[in-house]
Formats: sequence, C-alpha cells, structure tokens
Amino acid sequence: MTSEVVIKADKLTKRFGDFIATNEVTFEVYVGEIFGFLGANGAGKTTAMKMLCGLSKPSSGNATIAGFDIYKQTEEIKKNIGYMSQKFSLYEDLTVIENIQFFGGIYGLSDKQLKAKSNELIETLGLQNEAKKLVTSLPLGWKQKLAFSVAVIHEPKIVFLDEPTGGVDPVTRRQFWDLIYSAADRGITIFVTTHYMDEAEYCNRVSIMVDGVIRALDTPANLKRQYSATLMDEVFYELARGAKRKSD
Amino acid sequence: MADVVLNNIVKTYNKGEVKAVNNVSFEVNKGELFGLIGADGAGKTSIFRILTTLLLPNSGTASVNGFDVVKDYKAIRKNVGYMPGKFSLYQDLSVEENLNFFATVFNTTVTENYDLVKNIYVQLEPFKNRRSGKLSGGMKQKLALCCALIHRPTVLFLDEPTTGVDAVSRREFWEMLKGLKQQGITILVSTPYMDEATLCERIALIQNGSIMSIDTPDEIVKQFPENLFAVRADNMSRLLNMLRSNKQIKSCFSFGDFHHITFQDDNELSQNKLIQTLQEARFKDIELKHITPTIEDCFIKLMN
Amino acid sequence: MKQFLSFVRKEFYHVFRDSKTLLMLFGIPIVLIILFGFAVTNEIKNAKIVVCDYAKDPASQEIINKLSVSETFLLDRALLSPSQVEEAFRKEDIKLAIIFPANFYKDLQHLNKAQVQIIADGSDPNAASTLTQYATSVIMEYQQKLIQNAKMPYTISPEVRMLYNPELKGTINFVPGIMALVLLLICVLMTAVSIVKEKETGTMEVLLVSPFNPFLVIISKAIPYLALSLVNLAVILLVSVTLLDMPINGSVLLLFGASTLLIICALSLGLLISNVTQSQQSAMLISVMGMMLPTMLFTGFMFPLENMPNALQVFSNIIPSKWYYIIIKSVMIKGLGFSAIWKETLILFGTTCFFLIISLTKFKIRLA
Repeated sequence: MTSEVVIKADKLTKRFGDFIATNEVTFEVYVGEIFGFLGANGAGKTTAMKMLCGLSKPSSGNATIAGFDIYKQTEEIKKNIGYMSQKFSLYEDLTVIENIQFFGGIYGLSDKQLKAKSNELIETLGLQNEAKKLVTSLPLGWKQKLAFSVAVIHEPKIVFLDEPTGGVDPVTRRQFWDLIYSAADRGITIFVTTHYMDEAEYCNRVSIMVDGVIRALDTPANLKRQYSATLMDEVFYELARGAKRKSD
Repeated sequence: MADVVLNNIVKTYNKGEVKAVNNVSFEVNKGELFGLIGADGAGKTSIFRILTTLLLPNSGTASVNGFDVVKDYKAIRKNVGYMPGKFSLYQDLSVEENLNFFATVFNTTVTENYDLVKNIYVQLEPFKNRRSGKLSGGMKQKLALCCALIHRPTVLFLDEPTTGVDAVSRREFWEMLKGLKQQGITILVSTPYMDEATLCERIALIQNGSIMSIDTPDEIVKQFPENLFAVRADNMSRLLNMLRSNKQIKSCFSFGDFHHITFQDDNELSQNKLIQTLQEARFKDIELKHITPTIEDCFIKLMN
Repeated sequence: MKQFLSFVRKEFYHVFRDSKTLLMLFGIPIVLIILFGFAVTNEIKNAKIVVCDYAKDPASQEIINKLSVSETFLLDRALLSPSQVEEAFRKEDIKLAIIFPANFYKDLQHLNKAQVQIIADGSDPNAASTLTQYATSVIMEYQQKLIQNAKMPYTISPEVRMLYNPELKGTINFVPGIMALVLLLICVLMTAVSIVKEKETGTMEVLLVSPFNPFLVIISKAIPYLALSLVNLAVILLVSVTLLDMPINGSVLLLFGASTLLIICALSLGLLISNVTQSQQSAMLISVMGMMLPTMLFTGFMFPLENMPNALQVFSNIIPSKWYYIIIKSVMIKGLGFSAIWKETLILFGTTCFFLIISLTKFKIRLA
C-alpha cells in the first residue's frame, strides 16, 4: 500500500428528481488498499459504486478512477477495473474453463496469456477436477472464489466487490479473503461492500455512508477508538441507526 | 411438547444425485426460538419446505403441531406462518394492499390480529401507500413478517429473513422475534450469519445437508474441545501467513481484528514460544490472549 | 367467497399497474387486426394485365369493358404475338394476359362455341388463381347475359360464383382467424406468465402454505383474464366492424359464447405451460412459439387445410382454433344459428374439457 491515489471522488452527487441518492461524497483510495464501503440499505452505496464504475453519470462533482475522468473516459475506466457482485458473477451454463476464457477474451488477453492464466487460476483454486464441469454444479463458495479470480483476470488497477461473501460458509469466506489479500499484495486496489462487520475489520480503511453522505472514514481501529467501541458492529450501529432513509 | 418434529428426513434432487438433506432429526419445543445455522446450500431451505408441506421428503417423517407433513398438509397450511427466502410480496401492490390480501387469503382481517403485528406495522404505516417493490430491504422484510403473522400462526417459519439486510435492520428484526416469542409463537428461523446464533434459544449447525450439532449456543461453545487464543500484531496479513506455516499452531483463522488460533501442545510454554517467535520476526504491538470461542469458531471446528 | 374476490381484485391490480401487460392485452390485437385487415390481405387490386384483342367485335369489346371497370385489373391493350406476351411477363410485371382470337363473336354465334385464352403468371400461384378466377367469372357473366337475351341454348355454362364473399375480400377470412389467434395467444400467455411470475417471486410458496385451496388460486387467476379477454373480443369486433367493414350476420351472443369456450381452453393451456416452466421468459417463449405456429398453420385462415397432407389434416383436428374459426365464420359471415355449428361447438367443448382436466390434475399443490 502506498500513498498514491487511485480513486479520487470530489463532491460526487447523484440526484433522481428531488431525491439526492449520494450527496457531495468526497474521499480518496490509495493504490493497493482494501477499502471497505459500508452503509445501511438505501444509504446510496450502490449509486456511488455505479458512478465510480462508469455505469452512471453523476449529477455534479468530479471523480477520477485510475487517473481517468468518470465523465469523459468511461471506456478507459472499464478497461482498468474489475467488478463482481453477488447477483451476477458467472455463466452457470458454461464450464469453469469456458467462463475463464470468455471473460479473459473480453478483456483482450492473448491466447497465450489466456492459457497460462487459466492454468494458473485452476491450480490456485484447486479446481483441476472441476475445470470441465458446468459452473452451476459448483458449491456457492467455489463459485464466488472463481468469480473473484475472473474479475481480476486482467490484473485491473481496481476491483469493485459488491457483497461478495453473502451466504458463504465461514471457512470459504476466509479463503475468499485470502484471495483478496493476495490481490492487494499484487497492487490491486480493493473496493468492497459487505454486511459482515467482522469483514470490515479486514479493510485498511472503511467509510460508513448514511442517508447519502459519508459519516465516517478511517481505519477500523481509529473508528472504534473514536466511538469507544470494541467491535465495528457497534460503530456501524451507532452511525446508521439514526438513518432517515428507508427506501432504496 | 414439541411443535416441530423431524425424524431421519432425507431429501435428494436430480434422482438422488444431489443430497440436500441427509438424515436430519431434531425437535423444536412449543414457544421456542430455534435457529438453523448454515451457509447457502447447506439444506436449510429444503428442510423449511418439507416442514411447510411444499416438498415431500424421500424418506423419514416430520410433523408440525402433531400433524404429519405429508398426510395432514391441509391442517398444517391452516396453522403455520411462512416467510420464504425471497421476500415474497407483490411488488406492484402497496404495503396496505399486500397486508389486506394476505389477511383475506388466510381467512382473517387485519383488525382481528392487529395487536400481534402492531409493533412492526407502526414502522411501516408512514409508507402504507407505497408499492412494496419500492421499499428498502429492511422494510420489505418487516412487511413480509407482518404478512406471515397476520393469521396468528402457531408456528412461524422464517427462511433466511436477514439475508441481504443491513446490520441495523437485522438487529431490529431480532428484537421483533423476541417480542413474538413472548406471545407464545414457536419460531424456526434460518440464517447464514453466525453472529445471530446467540440470539436463539437453541440452534442446529448444519453443513452439506447434515446437522453437526444441536444445543443451546452456550452449550455448543462449552463443547469446543481446545483452548482458543486470539492474537494480533501490526501487520495482520503477514501474521496470518506466518501463523499458518508455524508448526506449533494447530489451526488459525482470521476473525476481524484478531486471528483465532489453537496450539498443537496446549500449554503455557507454547504461548511464550509463539510470542518469542513473533518478536524475532519483528512484529510490533503483539497481543495474545485466551478467549471464549464464538459460534463461528465452533462451526469452523465442526466443519473440519 | 371473500378470499376469492380479494384474489380477483389483486389480479386486476397487477394488470392495470403494468403498462406492458395492458399494451400486450389491448395493443397487440388491434395492431394485428389492422395489419392483417389492410396490409396482408390476399385481395388483389390493380394487377397489371394485357389484353390482345384480335377480334375487335362487340363481344370482345364488351368483355374488355367489364374487365377495365373492375378495381382488380389495370388494363393495357396491345396486339402482341405469343413470344411478345411471354416477354411482357418477364419484363413488364404483367400478371395476366387475355387473348381474344379473331372471329370471336362469329364463332360464338355460329358454332355456339368460342375460345378465349387466359395466361397467368404461375410463379405466384395464389395470385394467379385468384386473377384467372376473376377473369373467368367476368367472361361467364357475359355469356350468361347472351344466353338470356337470345333465349337460345348456346352453351351450358357452369356457374362460378364466389359464395359469401363475392368480391373475394380477404378481410372477411382474416378477421375470424385473427380473433382465434389473438384470443388463444394472449390468454395462454397471460395465464402462464402470471402464474410463473408468482413462482419466481416466491409468492406462490406463501399461497400454497395457506388455507386457500390451490384450485381456487387457479380459478381466481382465470376469472380476471376471462373477463379481460371478453372485453378484448368486443374491442376486436368493434374495430373490425367500423374500420374493416366486417359484417356480423349471426347472433352476437353465440359469438361470445363460442369465444368464452376458446378462452377457457386457452386458460387451461396456459396453466399447463405454467406447470412445466420456472421462469417468465421460458413461459413466454413456449406460449408464443407453441401457440403461434400451430394456430397460424392449422386454423385454416392462412393456408387452406384441404391442400395439406392427410397426416397434417388429421393433426389439425386437435387445434382448438380450427373449430373456433369454423364456428365464427359460420356465425359472423354466414349468419347461421347454433343448429348449424353444434358439431364444431361440441368438439371445441370436448377439447376444452380435455385440456382443463389435464391441467388441473397436473397442477402441483407442492413445489416439486
């Protein structure tokens, strides 16, 4: 982790009519950092994440992702990020290897790179026997690990993870975080949302969004000290229970 | 008196290829708040569907309120409340319309059992004309609970009611369940969140269709066979790798700001030796303490 | 009863709150009727024909005059040799050539027999047969007149007359066909999708785990769509009568009765589809593909069933819309009463019962 900035949001705002989904959100994320992006349901996390991925145009404010402007350079942004959500991850009716090759192909990996990458990936995940099986037959935890590996197959600068570990068993959840750590060690910046508060502790820094604004942003240790709490759960509860907004 | 009884229930899919529920037996007592704890795909939903008469088991017997789930399915359907995994509401109907609809389907009216849902419904009242599809996860969950309660069921089945819901709403939801328990309703709830286990009176830990342990949360924690320690230092990621390769350490898993470990030789010497090793490896701010295991520790232990 | 009404009300909410469903329900039928009624008819107007009149006598003149006032033909007079006629077909988009030989009238008077040659473009067989039929009928009409005036038995000419549709108007055949297609398609689609949607969102699970009788679920689903389809039928009839000049010669009550039967049949088919599908998309795909093709092919309004191989003709008997089409044509166009169509109605009734019973017995009171 360095102090080089890879995501810079400056008063990023998104309005839907009268409704301000994200309100002047300002923060920076550093290269190789694991950044936890927390918030209650309806706090504006998804909206903010969509803007950062170049999927939605902000109403006002600025942001640069890996040095690219989110208004003008969305295509460059898409080449330099990876994205994984709980809902859409892989094609269930393709085999493991077909999925890897498809997503690798999308990001323009050469045949040689693709071959090397898929072998490496299958080996690290221990999927040798499952490589030719349909993804639908894999247990959820394996799917999620595979989905993550596919999301970083092109060694992006940043990977956005939207609740990647929901419903996964405790052992697989930890294996998933091992993958996250090793990606971060390679210099990939991790931007992650989660409902598991213990996972917030694994992040270098976390931000907590309430009603469209970032109410707190610091290391987990500092936040706990500030709110005299022993667990991140308490910090989150303290900040989010006063939320006015109940709809997404 | 047991309200829910399962005897050696087996459920397979794809002509026996996938074994979803493997010889599961347990009982839920009258008025109990019972938790079924396990990851997605552990077999929780299949068990719920068998108990709510939506699926037939391949073998084994089960009963709810003394009624057999196969033979007396009509009687069970009159008496239980069920909230499936997805918040099963009509997205294009308003909050009020949803509630009224489910009340009539269950042959009752909202006013008849209003006292039961009152505490929950007051939170929804300001939005009663809003389409339920436009509500947040937490609000949908509350509305779905109201709909499942509106006919004052004897047994309430809640299949992963807190999945995808934020920590604040989850906490509120468990408060509501406590309130319902006081009204004498038997509650069977499933969750993938281990931290919610301690909020239940008794729990069953389930993995790959089999039950690993059934008891009160305290008892399950007591049964943890070893001494558990928590360790932390300045660089947690390096610490984790180091602990994993250390021969002294039997198991090591990260838990938030600490790593939880057990030793091969469970004595004071091992602890001192570990601290010494860590110091030699130039870790700073080293902290090692003996701790009480959490349900998640127990779950991981039982999985291996 | 209260449960039931509340269910029906809910179903109406669903329909009226989803603009796409509404559009499908009322938009598609109207568009189809207008499209088929105006654009895709087999009625031919202004077909270019060439007339080679080598006779130039009163008889040929009169026939040509008759041909030229008809809207069907766009007449061109020229004296072409046989090879020139062939070239005209190839180069000039001619649909028909009529050649009167020299001494046409004379032959008719003296030999009681005269020949006229009609050459059609067989590459478009439907158009060719329609045009030759029409041309023949004009000639026959003249002959008929001749016989009457002269009171002399020249020739016994066969009477060729287009029964019920003397102008060979396409719309008259298409509207009952479209009615069958639309009612079948929309009803199957609506029921299948609305039930599968409840499966997808999980509300079906809750409904099953309730004291509400599963069969009531089905009936309460069917009632609103039956009602909406009848409204739909009225709209189609209104459009047909006002915009397309369709006659309704028979009893409107009978029309609605037969339609109700078809709608119930379609609702049971939709239910059957909803039993075997898990997602709205596949329900939609099966409904459209599984209903559209057989209905188009085997109802008889697009392709005459008489020309099909025997096996397909037998197969067409199980297509409910075939019988419905016959009933509707009889009632609307011929103005016949129930006594004339009881056989077809009985068959349609039987098919409906068959599908209804199958779908009700196949309906799952559990999830799997």
